[in-house]
Amino acid sequence: MLAKYGLRVFALGYLGLLLFIPVAMMFYRVFQEGIGNAWASITSPEGVHAFWLTIEVVAIAVPLNTIFGVVCAVVLVRQRFWGRGLINSVIDLPFAISPVVIGLSLVLVYGIHGWFGGALNDAGIQIIFSTPGIVLATIFVSLPFVVREVVPVLQEIGDEQEQAARTLGASAWQTFWRVTLPAIRWGVVYGVVLATARALGEFGAVSVVAGRISGKTETLPLFVQKEFETFDVAGAYAAAVLLALIALATLFAMSRLNRRQEEN
Amino acid sequence: MDGIKVEGTTKRFGDFVALDDVSIEVPEGSLTALLGPSGSGKSTLLRLIAGLETPDSGRVMLEGNDVSSVTVQDRGVGFVFQHYAAFKHMTVRDNIAFALKIRKAPRDVIKQRVKELMKLVQLQGMAHRYPSQLSGGQRQRMALARALAVEPKVLLLDEPFGALDATVRKDLRRWLRRLHDEVHVTTIFVTHDQEEAMDIAQQIVVMNKGRVEQTGSPTDLYEHPSSEFVMSFVGEANRLGEAFVRPHDLDLSLQPNDGAERARIERVTHLGFEVRVELAMPDDGRMWAQVTRAEAGELKLEEGQAVYVRPNRQKTFNGDEPKTEEMRAA
Repeated sequence: MLAKYGLRVFALGYLGLLLFIPVAMMFYRVFQEGIGNAWASITSPEGVHAFWLTIEVVAIAVPLNTIFGVVCAVVLVRQRFWGRGLINSVIDLPFAISPVVIGLSLVLVYGIHGWFGGALNDAGIQIIFSTPGIVLATIFVSLPFVVREVVPVLQEIGDEQEQAARTLGASAWQTFWRVTLPAIRWGVVYGVVLATARALGEFGAVSVVAGRISGKTETLPLFVQKEFETFDVAGAYAAAVLLALIALATLFAMSRLNRRQEEN
Repeated sequence: MDGIKVEGTTKRFGDFVALDDVSIEVPEGSLTALLGPSGSGKSTLLRLIAGLETPDSGRVMLEGNDVSSVTVQDRGVGFVFQHYAAFKHMTVRDNIAFALKIRKAPRDVIKQRVKELMKLVQLQGMAHRYPSQLSGGQRQRMALARALAVEPKVLLLDEPFGALDATVRKDLRRWLRRLHDEVHVTTIFVTHDQEEAMDIAQQIVVMNKGRVEQTGSPTDLYEHPSSEFVMSFVGEANRLGEAFVRPHDLDLSLQPNDGAERARIERVTHLGFEVRVELAMPDDGRMWAQVTRAEAGELKLEEGQAVYVRPNRQKTFNGDEPKTEEMRAA
């Protein structure tokens, strides 16, 4: 009895202290400082730019990682080939490496003095200190989520349904769309939500490659950091709340989308 | 001949030889069982006919055409899996309509056909259920309807009743045989249960270790097994030195007589009409005899009692020639 309640108090207390109270405080402070201040800060030209840049980066990185993640998971689970184990471990690298190191490694490759940064620069393409660099960094850090969510689901469903579809006359492509994808969709949705959250909030890697040029290469997390450093606390909180709201909106949209698919 | 023909197929998985130069012929419109213990290659052979596996050598003919290089998708076979392989995210109706939708059949045709099939497999009124809301037997009937939707040339069933409990199994068996009488599609089903094979099939192919042991009608296999394996796998058999005896071919008596051996009754089991008598032989061997309830009552068989056992019919398999000896009581 005591042990049961003890565990529950521990779990809830841990969550409350470390997660719930700080987030709630953030929301509280936004309103305490006054909605007007907060609104002014996030509707400033830099704030608006940071918002749209973040949306743009997420809108490129997440779909790419979703397609890659599903393809990669299918290959890893359904095919046997040499080097499969290697791919399987390499996918987890972004989890293992510190984001700052990821940012630095991108600078080493794509920076003006990097491996092909010079050549790209001569061709008029700038990666580092520009949007493509931010997209690359974001793709890198959010890469494993979809793969890691989809792989166990694929293993769980097995390949009998796919074989059945083939005997019924479906092509590989039809089998994927009509049988495999619907069966793994919850895994995909969860992976997309996690990848989106990570892509929205990425600070370390993006901060290294973006160069933090206000109004040009500043994403929302960088904007929050800048506001905080320049003692515009209300602005920082407001932008942070905005970030949280985008993440919640994604979660909501994905589960709605999924429900509609289920009804059809 | 127009049914299914498999010629000299071999299939290896690494070092394991799943099929070793196997040839079978299945007459058009027949119901054939592939019978064998696990690992005998029966499922591999079935999957090979469907195109789900490719043979290392040999060929598969359907309705007189060599389909060895035709993909699963285009082979036009109906396949039913042991674990149903139901599309879990689709309703019963959508499962059954799958092949028709893939072939872009008109809506009213699909509707009509699905209705017919639901009736055929007795799932009326369940169109909008999901597989998770069906019992095992219903799921398997749905899978069967799904496989029959586009009127396949052949129907292949891989241990179709293997995952079901005993009562449902027996019901579905009979139902499958009746269904076959109605639709007449050339059908092969895989089973490791000899009773199931004897019950439904017109022709049985007995497999062992990747080879065909014998092909024939159920009576044929039971009466004239060509090898020790078939003798002991199809129907029950006791081993008596070099010879094999069916449990119902053993005469029991309380008095010693010519050629009878003295045995001790270890156990008497009453199974309705049939009574099983387990016997301990003088050489420490075990046998069992199958007698009727009336016979058991007449002899008053009891555990621990001594009886005299004499086979009235036995088979030997020395060399290639199986031999049957009839021994009438003197």
